[in-house]
Formats: sequence, structure tokens, C-alpha cells
Amino acid sequence: MTAPDRPVPHPSPLTQPFWAACRDGRLLVQRCDKCGTHVFTPQEFCRECHADALTWVESAGAGHVVTFTVVWRPQTPAFGVPYVVAVVRLDEGYEMVTNIVGSSPDAVTIGAAVRVRFTPVTDAITLPCFELVA
Amino acid sequence: MRRREVVVVGAHNTPQARVLEGQTSDSVTLAAITGALDDAGLTTADVDGLTVLPGLQYRGGADAFGYALGIPWFWTGAQVPGPAAVVEAAAAIEAGACETVVLAGGQAGVYTDRAAVAPWARPAHEFIECWGLMTPAEWAMAAQQYLHRFSVPREKIAHVAAVIRNNGSRNPEAVYFGRGPYTAEDVLASRMIADPYHLLDCATTSEGGSALVLTTAERAADLDARPVRVLGGAWDSWGPTYTHPPTYDRVAMWGRKAGDAAFAQAGISRDDVDVFEFYDNFSWEIVRYFEALRYCDVGEGADLVAGDAIEATGRYPIVTDGGTMSHSHTGESQRLQRVVQAVRQLRGESAANQVAGAEIALVAVIGEVLLLGT
Repeated sequence: MTAPDRPVPHPSPLTQPFWAACRDGRLLVQRCDKCGTHVFTPQEFCRECHADALTWVESAGAGHVVTFTVVWRPQTPAFGVPYVVAVVRLDEGYEMVTNIVGSSPDAVTIGAAVRVRFTPVTDAITLPCFELVA
Repeated sequence: MRRREVVVVGAHNTPQARVLEGQTSDSVTLAAITGALDDAGLTTADVDGLTVLPGLQYRGGADAFGYALGIPWFWTGAQVPGPAAVVEAAAAIEAGACETVVLAGGQAGVYTDRAAVAPWARPAHEFIECWGLMTPAEWAMAAQQYLHRFSVPREKIAHVAAVIRNNGSRNPEAVYFGRGPYTAEDVLASRMIADPYHLLDCATTSEGGSALVLTTAERAADLDARPVRVLGGAWDSWGPTYTHPPTYDRVAMWGRKAGDAAFAQAGISRDDVDVFEFYDNFSWEIVRYFEALRYCDVGEGADLVAGDAIEATGRYPIVTDGGTMSHSHTGESQRLQRVVQAVRQLRGESAANQVAGAEIALVAVIGEVLLLGT
């Protein structure tokens, strides 16, 4: 029996620009035209000021680990263990759930500096993983 | 309008097991309803309100069951059966929208792909599922941040899991009856699931059903069942579940607002509570409840639960049936099990770990809080 495929996002009209940019190696985030807040996950209106004028801008893709867990019991066998699930806070002030890749899980710490590392998983989907900044 | 007092008159768990051969979610949910009505001394002819969640059917369960049971017209609750659903049903009865409400849930035959984690533990959200997140990992991240921020050693949360599992070990109705006793060292020696949670820090998975019957104190006076009063309760949402980053700062005070409301309604103090039926989805959550519900300052919960304090004989007896870690975890109806166990404690009918003279129970399931009294 072969392992199942890793689950991939199914973009909606709202989230499609985010995933299309990831495939091109760019991390996008919505920014409020009125108050400047960066909004993630993608929304129809600003969580701060409720303006419905959110524009996709490019994030620098740099941040730090807010918290993380090293997973040994996988969601499904599609995920090889161990793998690191983390919450990363981007320098623009928003948070994402992601994977920390490219280093031993033992090296990941709360507060560690990270940067985005794009990881293609299918022809259509590239995931914005993160890696430790040396 | 004079408010009517609402009481619990029926509380029932069906047999719980890792797998209930030949059972379905509907069949165990029906068995739970029948058991709770028998406990109350009532029949479906008395029921005019329903909150029902068979399996993982989150919409329409009450409508389907009310029709299937042949009840012509009935109030329906929207909450998942558990503490919040009790509060919702009590409000409906107080307001005169209905007289007698059954709350029920149960699951069998849903978790079949054992290579994966349980289906209710795998949220399908677009910005969650692709990272291999499942509920243990989600809750682990908040716990990890707490342990880091307050320099709490893992042994202190492993102790919570050991106490809960030992409660279940003594409970003949628990799926893991006789399994144990455990120490914190045993918990830490079990295999890692999602750091800092080892296998024995986490909920188990099993099958079974649970149900409650609520009615007015006036109606209960004609019944043989010993009523338990609904003293107060409320619930807090934190937004869509399993969608946004589960940091400690988002999770920590989940339930505080509801707890404050519940105690204000009941007109009692924290010190009046005799038994604490908290939802033990993961060990650190118990620490979090004591902090969120103002039993100690933030960062001090791990000291509050130390030693014998949370044993059935201690000041803060928790999860006295063995909870999700030992008694049963069916996906959703474990929320009702917390209320069922609180009722049994207050009636003096617990199958094990009876807290002597228990008069007030505090039930908490994540952001849902309920106070019950004799």
C-alpha cells in the first residue's frame, strides 16, 4: 500500500492570489488600504478597522517562531515523522501556521529567526514553509 | 416574567468501548436517549426539546432524531451537546419555549482508518491541514509556549494525566478500567505524539453515547429521579475552530468570560465548588482551566495541581470518571460525559472516585462553563 498524498489547499477566489504567488516564489499578504494592518488568513475586510479595502502586497518573508511542536504521530501517513509545525510571526506583524524545514527538529526554538522557504508539493501548489536563519 | 428553575433529571452513558461491534452513531445515540429518559422516569412523549449530535453530523441531528422518535413539534438547540447546550436548553425552558429537553450524542463506526489520526482530529481548513496539523499538535503549541514562558517542567503536566488515568483505572465503566496505576514518569516514558505531549498526555479514542434530560423543578417534583439544579453557565467562542494560529495568548483565557458569568448567575464563590469536571483533551488544559477560571494566577496552575490536590480526596478533585484519557472519547459526546459525571457526583452515584458530600460541581469544556448544584 502506498502512502496517501499530502493534503493540499484548494484555493478559493479569495485565497487564489496567495497560492498563485507562492508558486512564483513570492509570499503575499493582504494589507488594509485604510489603516495599514496586515491581515492573514485572507479575509473580506480588515479585522482592525473593518474597511473592505484590502490589497495584496509582498511580505519580506522574515519573522520568528512564536511556538512550535515536533510531531511524531502524523496526521496521516503522508507526513514523514518527525516534522515541525510552528506558528511564525512575520515582521509585518501577522502570524501563520507553517512547517519549519531544512534543519533538525532539535534545532528549532521559540523565538528563533526564520525566513520563508517555498516548497513545491504539486504542479499547482507550493507551500510557504520556513527555515531557520543561520 | 418569573423565571422557572431548571434541573437535570436524567443522565446516562451507554457502555463505552474502543469499538462497539454492530453499533452505529444513531444506535448508540438512541440508546443514550432511552437510558437518560429511563433514569428520569420519563418517555419520549414528555420530550418537547432536543439537542442531538449523532456521530459527526453537526447540522440537523435534533431535527432528524425528533422526527425519527415521532415527536410532532419540538424546540431544537444549536450548540454541540455539552455544557453550552445545557445552558442553551435551560434558557429555553426558563423562557417557556419548551418543558423537557433531551441532549444526546454518540459515535460508533466513524474512526476506521487507523493509520491516520481520528477524523475529528484532522481539521480540513485550507491554511491548517496542509501542514500536517491535527488536534494534538494544535493544542501542543499553546502548551509548549506556556511551559517555555513560565519555566514549567513537563513532569508537572504529566502528573495531571497520571491522576486522570488513575481515576479511570478505578472506574469499572471506563474503557481503560484496570489499566494503571500511572505515575508522571510513566507518562513521560510513553512515546512522543506532539511535543510536549506524550501518548499518555492525550485523549484516547473510543465509541459510545451519552445523554441528559432537563426539565423544570416543578415537573421534577413529580418524578422519582433526584434532580440536580442548573445554577449558571455561559460559553465563549474564540472564532472559527482550527483556522487561526493556536498561540498561548489566544488560548490562555478561553472560558474566563464564561466562568465569570456562570459564578455571577449562581451567586456562589470559587471556594464553594466541590468537584471539577474539566474536559481533559490534553493534560495541560487542566492547568489552563484553573488559571482561566481564576483559581490561581496565570503561571501558577501547575503548582495548584501538584501533589494530591486534584485527587478525588483532594481540594480540587478533577475528571473523576477518568475522562477522555481513560473513560471514553468518542469525538463529541465526551462533552456530555463531563455533565453526566457531574450529575452523578452530586447525586452521590459515581461509579468510582465519589467525592464525599459533593454539593456543587463546576463543568468546563474548553470555553464552555456550567455550574450544577444539589
